[in-house]
Amino acid sequence: MSFVEVTKYLLDGFWISLLIFAVTLLCGAPLGLPIAFCSMSRFKPVRYVSKVIVWIVRGVPLMLQIFIIFYVPGLLFDKPIFSELDRYFFKTYQIKDAGRIIAVLIAFTLNYACYFSEIYRGGIESISKGQYEAGYVLGLTKSQIFRKIILKQVIQRIVPPMSNEIITLIKDTALANCIVVSEIVMQAKKLAATKALVWPLFYTGVFYLLFVGLLTIILGKVEKKLSYFRS
Amino acid sequence: MALLEVKNIKKNFGKTEVLKGIDFSLEEGQVLAIIGSSGSGKTTLLRCLNFLEQADEGVIRVGEQTLFDSSDKVTLNDEAIRQNRLNFGLVFQNFNLFPQYTALQNVTLAPTLLKKGTAPENEDNARNLLDKVGLSDKLSNYPNQLSGGQQQRVAIARALALSPKILCFDEPTSALDPELTGEVLRVIRDLKNDGRTMIVVTHEMAFAKSVADVVIYMAEGVIEEMGTPAEVFENPQSEKTRAFLRGALEEYKENS
Ligand SMILES: Nc1ncnc2c1ncn2[C@@H]1O[C@H](COP(=O)(O)OP(=O)(O)O)[C@@H](O)[C@H]1O
Ligand SMILES: [Mg+2]
Repeated sequence: MSFVEVTKYLLDGFWISLLIFAVTLLCGAPLGLPIAFCSMSRFKPVRYVSKVIVWIVRGVPLMLQIFIIFYVPGLLFDKPIFSELDRYFFKTYQIKDAGRIIAVLIAFTLNYACYFSEIYRGGIESISKGQYEAGYVLGLTKSQIFRKIILKQVIQRIVPPMSNEIITLIKDTALANCIVVSEIVMQAKKLAATKALVWPLFYTGVFYLLFVGLLTIILGKVEKKLSYFRS
Repeated sequence: MALLEVKNIKKNFGKTEVLKGIDFSLEEGQVLAIIGSSGSGKTTLLRCLNFLEQADEGVIRVGEQTLFDSSDKVTLNDEAIRQNRLNFGLVFQNFNLFPQYTALQNVTLAPTLLKKGTAPENEDNARNLLDKVGLSDKLSNYPNQLSGGQQQRVAIARALALSPKILCFDEPTSALDPELTGEVLRVIRDLKNDGRTMIVVTHEMAFAKSVADVVIYMAEGVIEEMGTPAEVFENPQSEKTRAFLRGALEEYKENS
């Protein structure tokens, strides 16, 4: 196989990696917010349930969570939903791996939502009580205070830790190959197995590096844009 | 009739009695200075007036309106409390400006969100207020680009923007370097000359003496002494007050 052919073959996988990345970010980031609010709830049961879930999800390897999401429906209810979806999508739309990818997306979204929720919680709790009180004595409502005073300060504070998570996320997508989803590392492994080519495995690093470089630039710009004030 | 009437305000935090029955009243245009050693409950009293804490007992009346009555607490929902707060303004010891807004935006934020006037009206008003506190050249500065004294003056303008009936200050100069206290005290003195009704908790005895119409000395949650500055400072009745004033005088001599 030529270099160009290998590149194309790997790129087929990288689109899947990017899909996992994008969906996890777009669904996990908003989902983290209600989880953060539950973890800060004044209602004890809600707070404890939320904290235990976050503890479990952050305490167990993501790979294990992918296995659990993928296999448990089949083991528990005798209904391997995701394999069936695989077959269904392949038969009707000729799309490969759709069921597995959905399982991966669920696992990633839940996992990252919990990580994000802790970042949000840390950010929100780091804002001084005085900021809320200054809003209260000006007769503002709770929601005005949150939206117009607290939120931007929280965003400024969570951009650096969020950047770290986002960069970790693109690299974590390689974990999807534990249930044989054809992301980029899986593609390279297939080349190693079928064509006895090992170098594409190392070559995948270039794809990650370029993308992480791009992310670093974008996130750096966001951070800079928010640095006009100091809270 | 008094503009503000405070009756038998009591407040506990758990088992500690912090306010043990505070009574006073204030006429329109008067300045009340509250002095007292740290931990005597001065901040808690201001926080009760501004509804940042809810008193356990007592009555707070402004003009004809009863804002708080402990025997009628059920009527105090969030919205009622929010409305009641607008009678008072509060300037904090550590300013609490909103860091992401410029000086001008800090002052216009609340009037804008509360739809007090049109946008140009609010901005005009904010410019005038910032001019009044001597900051017309700092309108577009962010808080972190201002000195402590300037920040505190923005905070005063911010509180004035909602035209509260009574403006409260909680040790407005305690967080400032000594050379910056003057500019803030000058602003408060100016406001007195405009006829603003104010309550000022302060450690600046000379200032309290010269600007206040009424002075309250608080000790351990009670009003130990209340009267005109001449009465409280020149002829204190209580031994506690005398001891406190002696201490304050020595501190003053040490610092100057
Ligand atoms: N939120 C609170 N919880 C428990 N105790 C408090 C709280 N706020 C104030 N106190 C206590 O109440 C007393 C009076 O405090 P404060 O009103 O701040 O006094 P001052 O402003 O005169 O220094 C202090 O002993 C303080 O520890
Ligand atoms: Mg205090």
